[in-house]
Amino acid sequence: MDDKRRILLGHGGGGRLTGKLIRETILPKLDRGKLASLPDSAVISGLGDTIAYTTDSFTVSPIFFPGGNIGSLSVHGTCNDLSCALARPAFLSVGMILEEGFPVEDLERILASMAGAADEAGVEIVTGDTKVVPKGSADQVFINTSGIGRVDVSAGPSDMARIEEGDEILVSGPVGNHGMAVMLSRAEFSFDFELESDSASVWPMVERLCELGPGLKFVRDPTRGGLAATLNEIAASTTKGVRIDESTIPLDGSVVAASEMLGIDPLQAANEGKIVAVVSKGLGSRALELLKDLTLARGAAIIGEVVSKDPSRVIMTTRIGGSRVLSEPSGELLPRIC
Amino acid sequence: MKSGDEKRTAQALVGELRQLCAQSPKTLRFMEVCGTHTMAIAESGLKSLFPENLRLVSGPGCPVCVTEKRFIDHALALGREHGACLVTFGDLIRVPGSNGSLATHRSEGGRVRVVYSPMDTIAVAREEAPRPTVFLGVGFETTSPTIAATVKTALSLGIDNLYVLPAFKTIHPPLRVLAGKEDLHGFLLPGHVSAIIGSRCYAYLSEQFGKSGAVAGFEPLDILLALRDLVRSVVDGPPAIVNAYKRVVRDEGNPAAREILFEVFQPSDASWRGLGLIPGSGLAFREKYARFDASVHLPVEVPDAEDDPRCRCAAILTGSMTPDKCGLFGRVCTPEDPVGPCMVSSEGTCAAYYKYGIG
Repeated sequence: MDDKRRILLGHGGGGRLTGKLIRETILPKLDRGKLASLPDSAVISGLGDTIAYTTDSFTVSPIFFPGGNIGSLSVHGTCNDLSCALARPAFLSVGMILEEGFPVEDLERILASMAGAADEAGVEIVTGDTKVVPKGSADQVFINTSGIGRVDVSAGPSDMARIEEGDEILVSGPVGNHGMAVMLSRAEFSFDFELESDSASVWPMVERLCELGPGLKFVRDPTRGGLAATLNEIAASTTKGVRIDESTIPLDGSVVAASEMLGIDPLQAANEGKIVAVVSKGLGSRALELLKDLTLARGAAIIGEVVSKDPSRVIMTTRIGGSRVLSEPSGELLPRIC
Repeated sequence: MKSGDEKRTAQALVGELRQLCAQSPKTLRFMEVCGTHTMAIAESGLKSLFPENLRLVSGPGCPVCVTEKRFIDHALALGREHGACLVTFGDLIRVPGSNGSLATHRSEGGRVRVVYSPMDTIAVAREEAPRPTVFLGVGFETTSPTIAATVKTALSLGIDNLYVLPAFKTIHPPLRVLAGKEDLHGFLLPGHVSAIIGSRCYAYLSEQFGKSGAVAGFEPLDILLALRDLVRSVVDGPPAIVNAYKRVVRDEGNPAAREILFEVFQPSDASWRGLGLIPGSGLAFREKYARFDASVHLPVEVPDAEDDPRCRCAAILTGSMTPDKCGLFGRVCTPEDPVGPCMVSSEGTCAAYYKYGIG
């Protein structure tokens, strides 16, 4: 096929195709030394405190969905990338690309929800930029945010290279809600589920977990590709095995129902208010204790551990006691046929 | 059911399966006919619990997998030459044709709409009018009655830009072909299809071919229960058809759905990927509904399409080979860059092996 030079939807799906695009097309052009390890944030020293600095772009469709909109999402997304570097979010920049003809009223709603999300996360929007492009050149509104955060150097650092056999893996609550809520609010689906995005700043949870000090090995917000992508990243990058137990993974009933209807694995659906944390062996229950009274961490659970068996793979014990591979999602999420 | 209960019940059923299989000196080979079963079995890790001499191979019941490459070529030609809006279930999106897929067609500006219910095609056709809107008609008896109902509704509403490109299949003709295979001891029969056609209609499997069959649901326990019944009827005899999915499947099926189906369609010959031409295994429009047939009313030239000769989908679709034995599997053929539809369909055997590990 000679269509290989075109960008397909699957290139943005967070799976192997995305990885290939980053490695083969983007990194050779942009990498000057820090980008190649693809961290959630670049951690830089020499500015007084140790700071984390990150950027993210938001193109979610539809722009309004149950539980949030592109504005709140663009604040949470960048705050969460900072939080995963154990950095308390401090300042944000916002760049907006608007399509000609976009209703001002909708823009106001988006800005209001950005402000609300920023206030709640304790982060200040200090600079920004707006561009308008001709109708048809963009889909309503795209937003880029960059952020700077102060790193808690007493904990971590959050680094996959520190992960060892026996480490425990926890997830901060039910997974798949954001991805499934956005998917269901797309126009082509006429299902009616009580399902909201979990979009939120995860810093309050990370701040608590920082009390584990160096026992907090790694934190990631499982966005595109969901829990499955994050666990596979851990397995691939550490070349150790990841063993998880399906019956311990928190899932809301509405997400299970929606995923059965759509034929989409909730473990591969995006989250934007959850974290996956890897902590030293024996610290799992202490981590849960630290999160216990946070509403944000409702349903947090230890879901598995790092093992020597099955290197670079994620093996899941299923509900009925069988075992199988939990693979990373490939490209675009597809609904099923019957 | 609570997770702990489910696990205990599964263990009990696996225990029974092991005891039954221990009574058989030979390896017992069964085929799960339906692609949804293939996925459910892989997803629940069922095979990791099987005794050594129990084998389950996949069959031709993934509608996308048995659809020929030429069908994708035909659909893309309708888009390119007639500017048609192509309406489909999501599974077909990345299935490769001879020159591109629906995904690449869409990236080139072609109109492709994904629906969850065929009935949604009516709303799409209204939005797209006067552009011809073509539903890509792939599926078994589970899907075809809802498409028949959509066509009937479109006729009564006078929607004149809606068409269907038919590549429907029916399950009995290929089952008759496979029932003759000596190395297969029985069939795990499809739950959704049987909800329409019933369980009684499989009697020929035991009566003419001496093969057992069990209609199964899609939860891991449904499948284990049906497998236990299946193994028991082979080990203890005589060959029989068991309905192990009674909460959904009635012996006589759903006559009302069949009535709508056969009001709109009639049996026709159909060509299957991997199995070739099977007489009477497809569905064609009856005269009253012939104006919906995109292959007649939107003429295009579609040359014959050859499959990649290295692709072993044919052997895999008939249970003669497992995907990991195919030279392309996981190397040349991946879900991102599939050679055959079995790797990209959400019910495909190769996709199940790739996603959930070698079973």
